[in-house]
Amino acid sequence: MALEVDIRKRLGSFHLDARFAFDGGTMALLGASGCGKSLTLRCIAGIVKPEEGSIRLNGKTLFDSARGIDLPPQQRRVGYLFQHYALFPNMTARQNVEIAARGSRRERRQQAEEQLRALYLEGLGDRYPHQLSGGQQQRVALARIFASGPDILLLDEPFSALDSYLKWRIEMELSDTLSRFGRPALFVSHDRDEVYRLCGEVCVMQDGRTEPPVSARRLFLAPQTLAAALLSGCKNFSRARRLGERLVAALDWGCELETESPVPEETAYIGVRAHRVRPAQTGDPGAIPCRVDRVTQELFSTAVMLRPAGAPAGGDWGLLRMELPKEQWQALHAAGRLAVRIPGQDIMFLK
Amino acid sequence: MNLSPLVISFQVAIPAGLLTFVLGVWAAHAVTRAGRLQNLWDGLLTLPMVLPPTVVGYFLLLIFGKNGLLGGLLYRAGLSVVFTTQGAVIAATAVSFPLMYRAARGAFEQLDENLISAGRTLGLKESTIFFRVVMPGCWPGIAAGALLAFARALGEYGATSMLAGNIPGKTQTMSLAVASAVAGNNRALASHWVAVIMGISLITMLALNILTGLQRRALGKATN
Repeated sequence: MALEVDIRKRLGSFHLDARFAFDGGTMALLGASGCGKSLTLRCIAGIVKPEEGSIRLNGKTLFDSARGIDLPPQQRRVGYLFQHYALFPNMTARQNVEIAARGSRRERRQQAEEQLRALYLEGLGDRYPHQLSGGQQQRVALARIFASGPDILLLDEPFSALDSYLKWRIEMELSDTLSRFGRPALFVSHDRDEVYRLCGEVCVMQDGRTEPPVSARRLFLAPQTLAAALLSGCKNFSRARRLGERLVAALDWGCELETESPVPEETAYIGVRAHRVRPAQTGDPGAIPCRVDRVTQELFSTAVMLRPAGAPAGGDWGLLRMELPKEQWQALHAAGRLAVRIPGQDIMFLK
Repeated sequence: MNLSPLVISFQVAIPAGLLTFVLGVWAAHAVTRAGRLQNLWDGLLTLPMVLPPTVVGYFLLLIFGKNGLLGGLLYRAGLSVVFTTQGAVIAATAVSFPLMYRAARGAFEQLDENLISAGRTLGLKESTIFFRVVMPGCWPGIAAGALLAFARALGEYGATSMLAGNIPGKTQTMSLAVASAVAGNNRALASHWVAVIMGISLITMLALNILTGLQRRALGKATN
């Protein structure tokens, strides 16, 4: 394993309990803000000291509370891309990179030139950080990290400081840069799309706890837990009870649903994506009669909030969200009432 | 007019200013990283600023007098602090120290902590981080503090008169010369020295304002 993390730390009422390992490539720590993602990165880099546990990188122990090992950040060879890049404001781009390089003055100068060139920063070496755009600052920060020769790269919300119209281009550049870097990268984000595009593996974090890492494809197409499903963008959830091999009761929606695959024993919740909820005829088998609660016009689609007839009053999850193309919604001429169906193959079983 | 008070004032204020600069910056850096005891240290180190200078002088006499803790050692080594220029330097340092310390501390606290963390993860030595990242990032605030501390050292009266006395040609600085002139009813001499002190202080405050402007510009740049 390239990186093995098993740490605990308490900060007031917040408990961090992070356990995961990964072998290489790019992995994401995905979670809502304040769930402990950045704190985990800071512990790996040695900026924050965990209370107990261990951190190992390529077999080298960076931290081990039981053995009293706590390497200073300088000896960890962990590259850290800060959210706002943390470039030294009193130095030019070139000086920022030079100071991180090793060797004689001439070697450092040469290395800085190479790194700047590799990140398309030729001609910008004499500019100060405040004279560079957000994307350029990020590239200088990466050049500086690469010059220091790290064994792993940690990226803390690398796109949060950028304008959204620049994001996609810089994301592609970063993706190229990471593959050229060729060493493991651990990436913190709360943006599921970013994670899906950039990362092979994902470790979901919630309230300071990590879930076992899974492949990004599996997480988004077949999430296993409620937290993972929430992060994957699923919007409809219900508490569930298994009724039979292929039959499950949706307690918050007040209905029973037939499923295509067998219902796992440990199913506690079910979820369904908003664009998988389909309009139906009232008499159809499996049709759920609903009252239309609210209609929201999105840019290219219509979002309809529906209250199933059998839903218990006062539940948080008593509403179903259905998203469909604008024209299709207009063609329905629904007035107040609408029946929907949830295809059996689109039901996600969650723990 | 005998110029020796002007010369002595600078002979005292320059070494005292340098000493204060090094001690103040060092103490501020240490206290910023002191963790739980921060408030206690902060209070102790700021104390000379709020105590009457005569009280500071009294404590200095206790420490540096012939029977004092350090004074005894120094006396046996053949060095005397009481009623000497060295004594005046010590008194000026003690009184100006809190100004330097507080200014440096404020500057350190305003610095983005991530810059230091970034330096560490990049493998920079702590000394490199201090001299190439922290000090340049804080210099306008620190320079302003140094200037203020220097001006305070230059005008020191109370603690100096307690520890170094008021010996013309030896420990009589400009502020002591004003006191002597007034006591001797020599109004003309007193107003001469007052004019010189006013001039130097004005220049210092002008320089301070320029520095503060620079600091604001530097901070503005960093946030943009």
